[in-house]
Amino acid sequence: MSTSPPAGPTPEEMRDMLRAMTLIRRFEERASEEYMAGRIGGFLHLAIGEEAAIVGTVSALRPDDPLTSTYREHGQALARGTDPRAIMAELLGRATGICGGRGGSMHLMDRERSFYGGYGIVGGSVPLALGLAWASHYRGDDRVSVTMFGEGAANQGVVSECFNMAGLWDLPIVFLILNNQYGMGTPVERAAAVEDFYPRATAYDIESWKVDGMDVLAVRAAISEAARLAREERRPACVELLAYRYKGHSMSDPDTVRDAAEKERWKARDPLVTFERVLLGEGIMDASAIAQMQAEVDQVVDDATEFAKGSPEVPVDQLADQVYAQPWNDDPRGSALVNP
Amino acid sequence: MSDAPAQMTYRQALAQALREEMERDESVFLMGEDIGHFDGAFKVTKGMLAEFGPTRVVDTPITEAGFTGLGIGAAMAGLRPVVEIMTVNFALVAMDQIVSNASKIHYMFGGQVPVPMVIRMPGGAGHQLSAQHSHSLEAMFTHVPGLKVVVPATPEDAKGLLKTAIRDDDPVIFLESEGLYGKKGPVGGDDHLIPFGQAVVRRPGRDCTVIAHSRMVWVALAAAETLAGQGVEVEVIDPRTFRPLDLNTLADSVRRTSRAVVVDEGWPECGIAAGVAAHLYEACFDWLDAPIGRVNSADVPMPYAKNLEQAAIPQPDDVVAAVLATMAREVPR
Ligand SMILES: Cc1ncc(C[n+]2csc(CCOP(=O)(O)OP(=O)(O)O)c2C)c(N)n1
Repeated sequence: MSTSPPAGPTPEEMRDMLRAMTLIRRFEERASEEYMAGRIGGFLHLAIGEEAAIVGTVSALRPDDPLTSTYREHGQALARGTDPRAIMAELLGRATGICGGRGGSMHLMDRERSFYGGYGIVGGSVPLALGLAWASHYRGDDRVSVTMFGEGAANQGVVSECFNMAGLWDLPIVFLILNNQYGMGTPVERAAAVEDFYPRATAYDIESWKVDGMDVLAVRAAISEAARLAREERRPACVELLAYRYKGHSMSDPDTVRDAAEKERWKARDPLVTFERVLLGEGIMDASAIAQMQAEVDQVVDDATEFAKGSPEVPVDQLADQVYAQPWNDDPRGSALVNP
Repeated sequence: MSDAPAQMTYRQALAQALREEMERDESVFLMGEDIGHFDGAFKVTKGMLAEFGPTRVVDTPITEAGFTGLGIGAAMAGLRPVVEIMTVNFALVAMDQIVSNASKIHYMFGGQVPVPMVIRMPGGAGHQLSAQHSHSLEAMFTHVPGLKVVVPATPEDAKGLLKTAIRDDDPVIFLESEGLYGKKGPVGGDDHLIPFGQAVVRRPGRDCTVIAHSRMVWVALAAAETLAGQGVEVEVIDPRTFRPLDLNTLADSVRRTSRAVVVDEGWPECGIAAGVAAHLYEACFDWLDAPIGRVNSADVPMPYAKNLEQAAIPQPDDVVAAVLATMAREVPR
């Protein structure tokens, strides 16, 4: 367990990666249907188009490397191996959800799989990842903390604060800037003085580079190297992944701002299709094996959705459970008073 | 050897709590601006860098949001950070981390990870530091479910409550007072932990209950002395923590005295005094002989000029006046 996985995946790993990407795609397509049917509330941010960035990253890490993400994080949880049932149930706000219905789509966490959560305040999760890296530094273990955030988040001051502390203290962290080129409706050129984001980390003495985020193998190779730097050389690293999201910012965004031709250009580089071609070309899977895998994934998604729909709601008398790890009363509405 | 408790300053009491807890538990570490080589802006952490080394006493850049968030992440990983924010005024740039992350993570993720951390910071006015350096933000923190809010007034409480805070599994906002660091008093030993949610009667009395915390306890006690000279015996109660709040002790007293004044160095609107008064109205309305009085800082940004500043901060005379106002309003029986 002391070294990062090698950059080049085995055929079996490649099959697993394609399956994970397919699961994310199909799961999110189903989630979007459930949202349209009114069974999912709140915000629902889809990462469709970003599967290579997610799976390439997760597959390059050790399962115990702490991972944090934004609100666009179903894929990270799925790639880490969280039960799709528990994710879909969380999206539907059910008691069986991975966070007991407290978090919803934006706030998945799977502590057991070192997935330390999705966060809704843009940029605000990055210092948490720095703290997870600090803990490894403090204890002298060899885990690497990885934090994925958007290019929009990179404009938040706190992200620069974290670059500085990571560089200053040589913390084992990989900053992963998922540049999907838009923060809601704002393209990079209207939000950033310089269109490349990776040089920002370079300014803090962090090794940093940019990679094609639509190519799962390129992502995996880059994150492997970044994780190796952090794990073995105890140096932070930063990778900018250039990618594209195929859907609007969230389900409530009709996506009218982005140019149709631009969308088509990026859809022509669909990370799943591209990677399927690689597997076919190398003879690792044939068309029927891919079709069979897709059918299995669809079954998993069906099962997760049925499970979620059939799951009980969260009992209202548990409303105030978990506000505190050490509570002082059991008032179901929550209360600052000792004995209300 | 005498069994008499040691006498020390509030500052020394805090330092002793930090030392004892760091010796006891290796997962406890300190982080903040100038706490190591510089011994801390208020010298609470004096000498600790040499004792515990740079991994456990960490000087940070001036980056409150960043290192507060780092502390939260470290706590999620099972460490017990004690983050020092130089003064409460600078917590405002870390407010997103405190409110959106520290207070929410346990709940929002269904109880999967606790956030066992302490954020220590002094606040309060009185040194002509003017508008940006004189805040009392108890109300802001107390507003937020998921935080615990601790406001020690004495060296004994400073030590006993800080030890409890460090061992607590939730994020604790530990609000010290710049005006109290030199205050002397007895403190308890290694095993003297003061539980959260236990108010304490600082002075017994029968005529009016005065509720005050942190430095205002001493203002209230000075007022009580003056009032005693006029034959008015007030009961001074210190809640010690606002989350949790020991309303029972407060309400029991008010039911006996039938009058209450709440003293708070923060602003009046939606403040601590307003919140405590609301609880007391709900709990004691039928016992009250007069409206509950509030003594707050003036509803202005803190001015620099000495005379204006003193006029803006609650003084013993303000408490005396508020208590007498509740007496004058007594409903004849
Ligand atoms: C501090 C903050 N400001 C604004 C928002 C609203 N908001 C949510 S996502 C988003 C865009 C973020 O873009 P980016 O970081 O590039 O990530 P992406 O959504 O593209 O994955 C905005 C403005 C927010 N959640 N938090």
